[in-house]
Amino acid sequence: MNLARRTLIGIPYLWLLLLFLVPFGIIFKISLSDYAVSIPPYTPTLDLSEGWQGIRGFFAALDWENYVFLTEDDLYWRAYLSSLKIAVISTFLTLLVGYPIAYGMAKAAPEWRPMLMMLVILPFWTSFLIRVYAWIGILSNEGYLNQLLLWTGIISDPLQIMNTPTAVYIGIVYTYLPFMILPIYATLERMDDSLLEAAEDLGCSRLSAFWIITLPLSRSGIIAGSFLVFIPALGEFVIPSLLGGSSTLMIGKVLWEEFFSNRDWPVASAVAIILLLILVIPIILFQKNQEKNQEADA
Amino acid sequence: MRRFSWFNATALTAGFAFLYIPMIILVIYSFNESRLVTVWAGFSTHWYGELFRDQAFLDAAWVTLRVAFVSSTIATILGTMAAYVLVRGGKFMGRTLFSGMIYAPLVMPEVITGLSLLLLFISIGLDRGIFTIILAHTTFSMCYVSVVVSSRLVSFDRSVEEAALDLGCTPFDAFKSVTLPLIAPAVIAGWLLAFTLSLDDLVIASFTAGPSATTLPIKIFSSVRLGVSPEINALSTILILIVTIGVISASLVSKRRIVQQQRDEQMAEQAQQ
Repeated sequence: MNLARRTLIGIPYLWLLLLFLVPFGIIFKISLSDYAVSIPPYTPTLDLSEGWQGIRGFFAALDWENYVFLTEDDLYWRAYLSSLKIAVISTFLTLLVGYPIAYGMAKAAPEWRPMLMMLVILPFWTSFLIRVYAWIGILSNEGYLNQLLLWTGIISDPLQIMNTPTAVYIGIVYTYLPFMILPIYATLERMDDSLLEAAEDLGCSRLSAFWIITLPLSRSGIIAGSFLVFIPALGEFVIPSLLGGSSTLMIGKVLWEEFFSNRDWPVASAVAIILLLILVIPIILFQKNQEKNQEADA
Repeated sequence: MRRFSWFNATALTAGFAFLYIPMIILVIYSFNESRLVTVWAGFSTHWYGELFRDQAFLDAAWVTLRVAFVSSTIATILGTMAAYVLVRGGKFMGRTLFSGMIYAPLVMPEVITGLSLLLLFISIGLDRGIFTIILAHTTFSMCYVSVVVSSRLVSFDRSVEEAALDLGCTPFDAFKSVTLPLIAPAVIAGWLLAFTLSLDDLVIASFTAGPSATTLPIKIFSSVRLGVSPEINALSTILILIVTIGVISASLVSKRRIVQQQRDEQMAEQAQQ
């Protein structure tokens, strides 16, 4: 192995080791420490000046106390469960909204498709924060939606949507919609239309042809899109804190508050480790789905 | 075309209305005279003036641009290296770990990435500020760059590179004069992606910024928490405009490139005959 090759591999490798892997070791270590009123606000800290004795004392002081605390305080349990619930429901809603759009795009005339594609990607490049912010003006009690509904006389009192889980669902569906549309569109666009023609020639109605042929063939796109929405939605912080108010409990927000408001770094670290463990399962399933697709393409 | 029914037309219209109406409202109300964002009181560019006189916003914008420029440039170099190693590097020790570390940050919740980097910076005693935000942004965006570049590297014909090597190029020359021009669109796309991700990031920047540095998203977030403000609408409009111009011109450039390529191929064919 020559020097050039070594440097080429070494530099990005070392960068990721130091700034991605090592920090996880540190999070794990701090999750085993205790809260302390000091800088940094946890104990023990590794003191190498005391030599071997210091290292032994350091490891002796680490324990699982924070994890026990997480299981005992039901705030955390409820936050994990409610994050899961919100992530599942909003993934499903995104699928319901996204599938018809992807379908319409795939059936549009080929010369239109690049333009439609660009229209889906454009919001993705626009600031996430701004797209969430846009909904505050729409959903609040004096917001545009309530103004419209009051003006048309559909309702007589403003609807409370802001600061409820509904607002969080809308926010997640809106911001993550491109992630759902693009993989589904990719599978639908590749689909062979002659299959549908054959089914109709054989007496299938359009609707049942859709159920029997189109939907199963777009399965890998549906799975990929759902994971791409579900995984980030689970740890989402911006949407629940801007649209959800205090009534929506999500674990990303709990972690943030534990860190910035309570300054309890050990508990925040333990919350992060558990969230990571929950995410490992969907991430592995997602990877499996992607590998299967690549094999199918090859 | 045969199947383009009313259903499809409705789905597309409703879908794109859903995607675009909130942003259009945002833009319209940035030209509102009134401080109350939800009540229309006549056209005015008052809030744009207000925004450009707000020193805190201007400072934050300047910090954000510097962070985004530096971090996306380093991320593009590192990410391209990583992509090259993954696709062309063959076997080496710890390859699985390496590809794992490339893909993991893409799905990692931002709160975890932010927290872990902050704890790293504190335990090695690094003062938080612009430098630490740059380190953090480089780390996660290099992974996006590497995914974009490696998909391009996989798709093009390797024999061109081999031909260059056979004709006596050093591996570095072959990379510079054959591989790099071929992957250039992906490298540029990767840089743009890294740049936007950095411009946009709130969570990781909040953890790694410390009290001394404020980026635009941090500033926006803290003022949005207090409610809707017309200044933020004005700022949003400017950002949306920049992105729209960027995306449209990028797609025009790539379209022209494709046309150019087709013309070149035609000419090559004619020359052969």
